[in-house]
Amino acid sequence: MLIFYTLVVGLLNPVPRLDILNETIRNVYYHVPIWFALLFMMSVSLYYSIVSLAGNEIPSDSKAYNAALVGFFFSLPGIATGSLWARFTWGTWWTFQDPKLNGVAISILIYLAYFILRRSVEDEMKRARIAGVYNIFAYVMMMVFIMVMPRLTDSLHPGNGGNPAFSKYDLNSNMRLVFYPAVAGWILFGCWLFELKNRITFLNEKSQD
Amino acid sequence: MLLALIKKEFVLEFRQKSTLGAVLVYVAGTIFVSALCFKARLDKPTWNALFWVISLFTSVTISGKSFLKETGGQALYSYLYYNARQFILAKMLYNMIFMLGLSIITFLFYGFFISNEVQNLPFFLLVLTLASTGLAAVLSLMSAIAAKSSGSFAMMSILSFPVLMPLILVVIRLSKQAVDGIEWAGVSLDLLLVLAALNVLTLTLSFLLFPYLWRD
Repeated sequence: MLIFYTLVVGLLNPVPRLDILNETIRNVYYHVPIWFALLFMMSVSLYYSIVSLAGNEIPSDSKAYNAALVGFFFSLPGIATGSLWARFTWGTWWTFQDPKLNGVAISILIYLAYFILRRSVEDEMKRARIAGVYNIFAYVMMMVFIMVMPRLTDSLHPGNGGNPAFSKYDLNSNMRLVFYPAVAGWILFGCWLFELKNRITFLNEKSQD
Repeated sequence: MLLALIKKEFVLEFRQKSTLGAVLVYVAGTIFVSALCFKARLDKPTWNALFWVISLFTSVTISGKSFLKETGGQALYSYLYYNARQFILAKMLYNMIFMLGLSIITFLFYGFFISNEVQNLPFFLLVLTLASTGLAAVLSLMSAIAAKSSGSFAMMSILSFPVLMPLILVVIRLSKQAVDGIEWAGVSLDLLLVLAALNVLTLTLSFLLFPYLWRD
């Protein structure tokens, strides 16, 4: 399973990487899939939190934590690529005018709070429940922030506030060939990291027993 | 049962007159300090922002203790005698009423010490009401979580600030419209709907999630 994932990722990732040219539109291959992967991992985390609350299981709670950690890890390249892109298209590294940027900053704070909360509780059963509750609540609030807010106000991002959406000019058949595999690749990369983290957690727990 | 629980909260709160007095002094003190810091007459955006920052900090400080006193024997007693869903509902309703009173007092003090820039007062009061109910609903759950974890005040603020952000941003936009004196017809209904939806959302989520926190 693990090797299969690495193989797939290894085959898929060179495709976008070969394409580095000076046209910033190519950032679509990195920036957008990374955020998709992040949202995907956060949803995985939400799923495991619900499972852990419903079944009162500790392993699912560690999985929820690992998924959130992997998702959080994606926010770093996501912001780095986005910031670079913004520098060349909007002329600045960061701006507070854009609701998506604010949303991402807040989401990062939310998940940092989640990690801190999880580390502050010693008892495993208790930790699973408290962290699960906060994770579900935080996910919903994050969704409100990144999905609903940008649609209500102007954004510099494409597809909002009168800017043309991507589908108009970039997703022609040539770019689709790279874009969709990139999305799949990053998501699978996330899954692979997630599996890896799960194994580490599992082994750690085993060695402690 | 629900009414009895809410009544219990009120009795507990008002039995100690010092806590209520402390709240009032806290609000007045914060506003007075800000008034002294600014001195000059504030322009509308600053007035608006300062008001909501003060409200945010007051509500986090005040409602942080709503569950922090529910520890040890008291928690065990409540756990044995009350239903979890009723309990959180009572807490939230009580906090909503309390927060509403608090924000009105804050507004009065603020208008007295700094200035009153609001031009569409009924609309501002509507926003104030929805904002305080929303704040109360979110903060009740956050306070429960904080009390179950380390029980420290720092944890309370770490947890609540990011989660409160969507609410505060919507509220600030709406209240800006009220301050600018936009007529009812021009008011942004979308944002008002989002605010109401956030209220309902947090209420349902707390209602659903609280029973899991309840067991110890």
